[in-house]
Amino acid sequence: MNRREFNHLLFMSGAVAVSGVGLGRPAFAQAAEGGLTAIIQPEPPILQLALNQQTPTGVVGGKIYESLLSYDLKLTPGPQLAESWEMSEDGLTYTFHLVKNAKWHDGEPFTAADVVFTCDDFLKEVHPRARATFDRCESITAPDDYTVVFKLKEPFAPFLLAFETSSAPMVPKHLYEGEDYRNSEHNQTPIGTGPFKFNEWVRGSHIHLQAFDEYYGEGQPHLTEIYYRVIPDAASRSVALETGEAQLAQWGDVETFDVERLSALPHLTMTTEGYEFFSPVSWLEFNCRNKPMDDKRFRQAVMHLIDREFIRDRILFGLARVATGPIASTTRFYDGDVKQYELSIEKATALLDEMGLTPGSDGNRVTIDYPVPPYGETWVRTAEFIRQALAQGGINVNLISTDVAGWASAVSNWEFDITTNMLYQFGDPALGVARTYVSSNIRKGVMFTNTAGYSNPEVDRLFAEAAVATSDDTRQQLYSEVQKLLVEEVPVAWLTENQYPTIYDNRLEDLIVSATGANGNFASAKYAG
Amino acid sequence: MLQIRRIGVRLAGLAATILVIATINFILVHSAPGDPASVMAGQSGATDEKFLAEVRAEYGLDQPYIVQLGTYLGKVVQFDLGYSFRQRRDVADLIMERLWPTLLLTLTSFTLALAGGIFLGALAGRRAGRWSDTLISMGALLLYATPVFWLGLMLVLVFSIQLGWLPAFGYASIRADSFTTWHYITDVASHLVLPAVSLAAIYMAVYTRLMRSSIIEVSHEDHVKTARAKGLTEGRILRRHMLRNASLPVITFAGLQAGAMIGGAVVVETVFAWPGLGRLTYDAVLQRDYPVLLGLFLVMSVLVILVNLLTDLIYRMIDPRLAAR
Repeated sequence: MNRREFNHLLFMSGAVAVSGVGLGRPAFAQAAEGGLTAIIQPEPPILQLALNQQTPTGVVGGKIYESLLSYDLKLTPGPQLAESWEMSEDGLTYTFHLVKNAKWHDGEPFTAADVVFTCDDFLKEVHPRARATFDRCESITAPDDYTVVFKLKEPFAPFLLAFETSSAPMVPKHLYEGEDYRNSEHNQTPIGTGPFKFNEWVRGSHIHLQAFDEYYGEGQPHLTEIYYRVIPDAASRSVALETGEAQLAQWGDVETFDVERLSALPHLTMTTEGYEFFSPVSWLEFNCRNKPMDDKRFRQAVMHLIDREFIRDRILFGLARVATGPIASTTRFYDGDVKQYELSIEKATALLDEMGLTPGSDGNRVTIDYPVPPYGETWVRTAEFIRQALAQGGINVNLISTDVAGWASAVSNWEFDITTNMLYQFGDPALGVARTYVSSNIRKGVMFTNTAGYSNPEVDRLFAEAAVATSDDTRQQLYSEVQKLLVEEVPVAWLTENQYPTIYDNRLEDLIVSATGANGNFASAKYAG
Repeated sequence: MLQIRRIGVRLAGLAATILVIATINFILVHSAPGDPASVMAGQSGATDEKFLAEVRAEYGLDQPYIVQLGTYLGKVVQFDLGYSFRQRRDVADLIMERLWPTLLLTLTSFTLALAGGIFLGALAGRRAGRWSDTLISMGALLLYATPVFWLGLMLVLVFSIQLGWLPAFGYASIRADSFTTWHYITDVASHLVLPAVSLAAIYMAVYTRLMRSSIIEVSHEDHVKTARAKGLTEGRILRRHMLRNASLPVITFAGLQAGAMIGGAVVVETVFAWPGLGRLTYDAVLQRDYPVLLGLFLVMSVLVILVNLLTDLIYRMIDPRLAAR
């Protein structure tokens, strides 16, 4: 390069440097009129809801796929792909009558054959939760194109709650039959019966869904399209809502400390409704195999040491209720008439002294390991707070930070002393609560089982009887009993019933109408006016 | 003949290096606690043994380590990056989708940082000690000390929220596929400005300081004194006798950093929701998506090698003495 060329290059690069600013133009492009732009975070790995039940997959997949039933905010089953249903006297036979004009997004009709294929074959192969439910069936049959009959081996009280979209999403038989379900090419272009059909997915950027013209709901859906934008940074997500670039955020999209500010903006509304089906309860989990966590008195002492109202008010910014026991107050069979553990260092130390767990020369009675769940700031702050709280009772806590893989591996392989955990309740204690406490569910290496290792024959009996009891009164009695017993025993130290904010543009109507809220199908959602 | 043999030896060395890198990557990736199955289980809220066993079998994790390593290296040799069982897609596709946005972002930032750094550094160096030098040096120090995510957020605050001139995040507007070509280009460009400036800032600061000291050093050289004695104007001396010599150390340094820039864009990509390789890598680490991670490592090493090659070329263009050798 000679000097002239060099100077030319120099000029060019200077021009690039200067012109960097100035190319800008307002680009608040949004979904077309009548469409919705929502936030999705994290980006789901796939959209085939039967193969993946992570929360973001449920949010997007819940518009594409549907199951037989829907659930109102009180968790009462309502029609979806089934327009009516009945249960036999003995509680062993459930008959569903399907809607007759439902179609798959590729135009094929939805029939009873699809339901049988989905429940008896596809889901049993790939879906852990559905597998547990449908393994209870002796037979699943279709007497005609629009009737499906489930025959159970023994009564299972929450059977009607098993037909929520992410619990049992219907998949098309005509596409999947004979395929390798996990590796089928159809998983990239999900086909469901929902009000919105999949159009495009630009990874790392957005997912585009379009209204399905042949949807069976009369006049539904009202929205013309939905864009789910992937916005990995929490501050940027708040900005998107603030500027109107996005009109909807759900679950943990908005940091707890930002919720109040955003809710106060004139164009936004906030609700904590629409999470009843999940009703997550968080707790401090003990590894009951290790000393001193194996002693009930130690666990009770911990209950006395933790100020759960502080966690609710200062860490979760009010987006929680204090949990009184294993069953969430937003679900059926909750009983709040249980032992209370008031905040009291004296009571805690008395219990610990009684155990003979006395302070050593450094003032610590015991040192225990606490792998901190890597699900965001809130969990870190909760862990730090619990560390301080337990220190007041002479319990020294060693916080270990890790990532999802490390944490899940430590907890499922029982390599921890205490940790925080949170589980969905899936609408019924037999589906989402019993699994944490019954001894038959102590399974090493498997997450969300009885990882605490708690074992009590009486608890096992009560949960087992309540699951097969057909009368709600009997069930309530059994669950009240088990709640009293568990709260006395403290297999885990319940902290809060966590609430999530759904923040949306206040021109939107009938958006959050079911117990699965933002995971619902949005068939009824529309803009006012 | 000798020349060909020499090239052959170098190529063989390069291939061996890549295999060694791949092996180290493999060991590193697999030594982290947990595996893809435990992550998927940890995120789905419910699971059972069958599910875990099936995920592990798909990834080949039920095989002995040495067999897994052998399978992986065998695929690398055939340029097969594997399959992500988590996302149910070929790793090569996943990476290719993200490659262009990352290249666009890093190359723009790189050019911006280099051009800006050389320009400002030369300016400061020529006026060493005067107020404009102090101003530039202070500014560079400030930029250098500013965390990237904070700068990004502040730029969003000013240019997106307050002024509303530029979009706050994303690679293109969501309806961009319906735009005309020119509209599409300006759309992407407007999305590019804030992330590119954020990413460039810290590097520009470094290059400014490097260039400044380099200019001061060169200004004491004999040929510059001669030029001055000839009565040339200061501007002419700077342009014709100093700039090229002084830029060499900056470009050397920039070449070394370009590799880091490709991997280090993850913060900017996160703040601005830029669909690039950095974010793909970060997610893959958290998800223990081994095939994606290993594929990314490999692609990035190739990119680093390419960038170094490019730097070499630029170097030779600027300093013809090197090309002659």
